[in-house]
Amino acid sequence: MPAIQSPVTDEVHPDVALVERAKQGDTAAFEQLVRQYERQIFRVAQHITQNREDAEDITQDAFLKAYEKLNQFQGNSKFSTWLVRIAVNESLMRLRKRKTSKTVSMDQDVQTEDGSIPRDFAEWRPNPEQNYGQSELAEILRKAIQGLPPGFRTVFTLRDVENLSTEETAEALGLSVPAVKSRLLRARLQLRERLSRHFRQKNGGPKP
Amino acid sequence: MNCTDFLAQLTDYFDGQIDHELLAQVQAHVRECHHCEVVLDTTRQTISIYREHEIYEFPAELRERLHAAIMAKCRGCC
Repeated sequence: MPAIQSPVTDEVHPDVALVERAKQGDTAAFEQLVRQYERQIFRVAQHITQNREDAEDITQDAFLKAYEKLNQFQGNSKFSTWLVRIAVNESLMRLRKRKTSKTVSMDQDVQTEDGSIPRDFAEWRPNPEQNYGQSELAEILRKAIQGLPPGFRTVFTLRDVENLSTEETAEALGLSVPAVKSRLLRARLQLRERLSRHFRQKNGGPKP
Repeated sequence: MNCTDFLAQLTDYFDGQIDHELLAQVQAHVRECHHCEVVLDTTRQTISIYREHEIYEFPAELRERLHAAIMAKCRGCC
C-alpha cells in the first residue's frame, strides 16, 4: 500500500520569500501567508477545541502572534509548522481555561492501555461512504474525534488530518518522534474502535 | 510475530517506515490472523476517512470575516 507520509524535498519552500518580505514590513506578503494558512489554522483549532467561536479567536490570535514574532522565526522549520505550533499552544491554553477536560496537556499519562487494545473485530460493511450521507457521516466523525483525550486528538489532527510528517508533528508539539508515534497509535486505535460502533457489519446484514 | 508485535509495528507500517523483513512478518501475520487483518483494514479506513472529509464547514462568509479581522489586528499592532 502507498505510504501515508509526506514526501521530503530539498527545494526552497515558496513561503521563505514571503516570510522574508513580510519581515521587511511587506503587509501584502504576510496577507498572502494568511490566505494560504487561515483555513488550516482554523481547522486545527476547531479540531482541538471542538468549538467554533474558540477556533475563530485562536485563528486571529495565532496569526497576530506570528506577525508580532516574525523576526524570531529563524527558518529552521517550515513556516507552516511554526504557525501550527503557535495555534496548538493557543488551543491547548483555551482548553485549560475552559477546564472542561481533566487533562489538557501533551504530557498526559500515555502509559494506560485503555482504549489501545482492539476489541471490535467486525469488518466495516458496507463501506461507510455507501451507508451514510455526507452530513450524517461528518457528524459521526465529529463525535468520534470529540471523544478522544485532547492530547491524542491533537496528534491525530496534525498527523492524519493535516498530513504533517511525524517529524513535523513532533516539532509542532514539542514532543519526541517516539512520543508522537505512541500517541498516534493510540489515537488511531481509539478512533477505529469508536467508528466501528457505527460502521461495523450488522448481524442482520446491511441496513436497507 | 504475534498480535502484540503486530500492533507495535502498525504506525511504522502506515507511515511506510517499516523495513522489508518486518513488513514481510506483518503481512504473514495478517494472512493468518483475521482479527489483525480487520484491525489493519479498519484502521486504514479510519485514517483515510478523516483525510477525505472536511468535518467542519468553513464557509466563504466566515473566511472573509476571519481574514478581515486578522489583517485588521496585524495592521493595528505595529
